[in-house]
Amino acid sequence: MTDITPSGASLLVQDARTQKRNRAEARFKMYGLAAIAVGLLMLVILLTTIISRGTGAFQQTYVTLEVPLLEAKLDKKGNRDLADIKKVSTFGYAPLMKAAFEEKVAAAGIETSLKSKQMAALLSKDAAATLRNYVLQDVDVIGQTIEFEFLTNSRVDGYLKGRVSRDSMANDKSINAAQLDLVDALIADGSLRKRFNLDFITGADASDQRPEAAGMGVAMIGSFFMMLVVLALALPIGVAASIYLEEFAPKNWITDIIEVNISNLAAVPSIVFGILGLAVFINYMHLPNSAPLVGGLVLTLMTLPTIIISTRASLKSVPPSIRDAALGVGASKMQSVFHHVLPLAAPGILTGTIIGLAQALGETAPLLLIGMVGFIASNPPDGITSGLMDPNSAMPAQIYEWAKRADPAFYERAWGGIIILLVFLITMNAIAVLLRRRFERRW
Amino acid sequence: MRDNIISEKDVMQNQTAHPAKIAARNVQVYYGDTHAIKDVNVDIEANTVTAFIGPSGCGKSTFLRCINRMNDTIDVCRVEGDIRIDGEDIYDRKVDPVQLRAKVGMVFQKPNPFPKSIYDNVAYGPRIHGLARNKAELDDIVEKALRRGAIWNEVKDRLHAPGTGLSGGQQQRLCIARAVATEPEVLLMDEPCSALDPIATAQVEELIDELRQSYSVVIVTHSMQQAARVSQKTAFFHLGNLVEFGETDKIFTAPEDPRTESYITGRIG
Ligand SMILES: Nc1ncnc2c1ncn2[C@@H]1O[C@H](COP(=O)(O)OP(=O)(O)OP(=O)(O)O)[C@@H](O)[C@H]1O
Ligand SMILES: [Mg+2]
Repeated sequence: MTDITPSGASLLVQDARTQKRNRAEARFKMYGLAAIAVGLLMLVILLTTIISRGTGAFQQTYVTLEVPLLEAKLDKKGNRDLADIKKVSTFGYAPLMKAAFEEKVAAAGIETSLKSKQMAALLSKDAAATLRNYVLQDVDVIGQTIEFEFLTNSRVDGYLKGRVSRDSMANDKSINAAQLDLVDALIADGSLRKRFNLDFITGADASDQRPEAAGMGVAMIGSFFMMLVVLALALPIGVAASIYLEEFAPKNWITDIIEVNISNLAAVPSIVFGILGLAVFINYMHLPNSAPLVGGLVLTLMTLPTIIISTRASLKSVPPSIRDAALGVGASKMQSVFHHVLPLAAPGILTGTIIGLAQALGETAPLLLIGMVGFIASNPPDGITSGLMDPNSAMPAQIYEWAKRADPAFYERAWGGIIILLVFLITMNAIAVLLRRRFERRW
Repeated sequence: MRDNIISEKDVMQNQTAHPAKIAARNVQVYYGDTHAIKDVNVDIEANTVTAFIGPSGCGKSTFLRCINRMNDTIDVCRVEGDIRIDGEDIYDRKVDPVQLRAKVGMVFQKPNPFPKSIYDNVAYGPRIHGLARNKAELDDIVEKALRRGAIWNEVKDRLHAPGTGLSGGQQQRLCIARAVATEPEVLLMDEPCSALDPIATAQVEELIDELRQSYSVVIVTHSMQQAARVSQKTAFFHLGNLVEFGETDKIFTAPEDPRTESYITGRIG
């Protein structure tokens, strides 16, 4: 037996080794904090940029005019026949707008050298169409004088948002100083103002000349239908495949290969799925171009591995004793899975599915290849079939499309679109987190 | 009292008429290349408690799991030989293990109630086997099973509370109730008391003694005292071999094999 000699060191004094260890620990904590700080800084920069650039898109400049809906111009026969009234194109409405603008300027007592045509040029190219749609909806308004809020064009809007200034105007042919004077006067009069623009969230895309009228609404519907396809296909297929692989399949080299390949699929760049979709769904199966159905199919391919991997992980996390218990009382394999294992794994499966959907929602590259970008100014689809089969865009593709266009007003809308997309993604991820919290570890 | 005596007699007669409820012949179990059970022959009688004892890793659980084919769920596990219940080969290709397990219930070492209500835990087996025609019948079955599990008084007021919210000992008794609810003929128990305190253990042991009236019970235990208290027959396993099998009294007082003797006196294990 050897004596255990006390070292004699006091506990109140740290020895050299302890000091060294403590320093290493402190250093490591510093690295960690620094890493988190950098991450947070990036996030703050990202969010402030997006918000500062994007919020403008949710506001739009409108001018209030009183438009006399002259029967002589809109319904020459005077019998309120819709077919006849439809024959009047937006050009037919232009004189009404001009007159209304002149009237407004006179009523407000504004001195201006502008002709009525130049005044009306301040309006959006969409204004006449808005008025026409309004009349076509209810032909009985013909003959009355109605007050209407019209979109102004993107230059006026830019002027109010500080994007267009009197200096930058010098080499811009579409607006001049006199027009801006008129805008200032109308602002002072209170008839021209910037307000929240719901159409940006609900409306359709608009052509190059009318950025002020463009909205995300239809692209959102496109995304919605794609997600519907993804959910309807990827969830059942993914869950069935996972249950089979995890609970029923024998463990041998074939299942090993399948497993490796599923992991590989999760790592395949999404554009590869895009070109696959182009080759198989469009060129071979002749499904329509740019259809959310095709987009959804492609995104399903992309989302499947994510769902399979997360489903298998949550099936694995159900303790085997639960399976034993079920088998022990004489449940069949399938009963043990469907009555006991699956309900316990469900929150995990849902979380994985939502995260997979969120990924798919933000995916752009494969949509480029199947033609879901480009100008699609269709109205919202009327029904599920048309929602699936009619050409449409998707939120991220719409953002890409806007960012590509020349007019800075579209650029602003791209940022605005990103805000909408982020709201969706954050909501979905929050739901996933909540689900996980709510149902975590019930056994 | 008188009735009891008579029924005991009947039991004895029955035993002589049908000597073995479970008959195992030349059973070999392999986990991959590991030979876990070597050539085991054993006859387990009806209305008897049979205890399996032996050092850790000797194959008690493995052999127990052969009797209700739970080993089927382990991919690498291979069972050879012949196990008969009431003369029927349970490894016959025509036998559906699911049907077998309804007849041979099992209680596991770790209490494993379903994360459902106490009621649903017990009702699950009868439900899937269609033992009850209506809710009232099911209620009866559940109550009876919980009473036999010696847990009815503790849970009768909270049948719809989750079974996982019970204490460890209560959970184990709930699992026993769940196992008896399907009216099995054989009850396998793998160290059912290892998670229980002495009081709960005493309750479970009492319960086992009662269950013997209607079932044949096989219990794996690490406690010699428990084996001596509850069982009529004892089997001593060592390194995959069945070393000695016989009347419990005899095994504990006059073991034939030196290995049995060293184990029960605490020299190997
Ligand atoms: N699933 C398995 N895969 C591989 N080998 C196993 C498996 N289960 C058990 N074994 C092996 O089989 C042998 C017997 O195991 P078993 O669980 O039957 O022992 P036991 O007697 O029940 O022990 P304990 O008293 O510790 O529970 C051991 O050597 C063990 O390593
Ligand atoms: Mg064991």
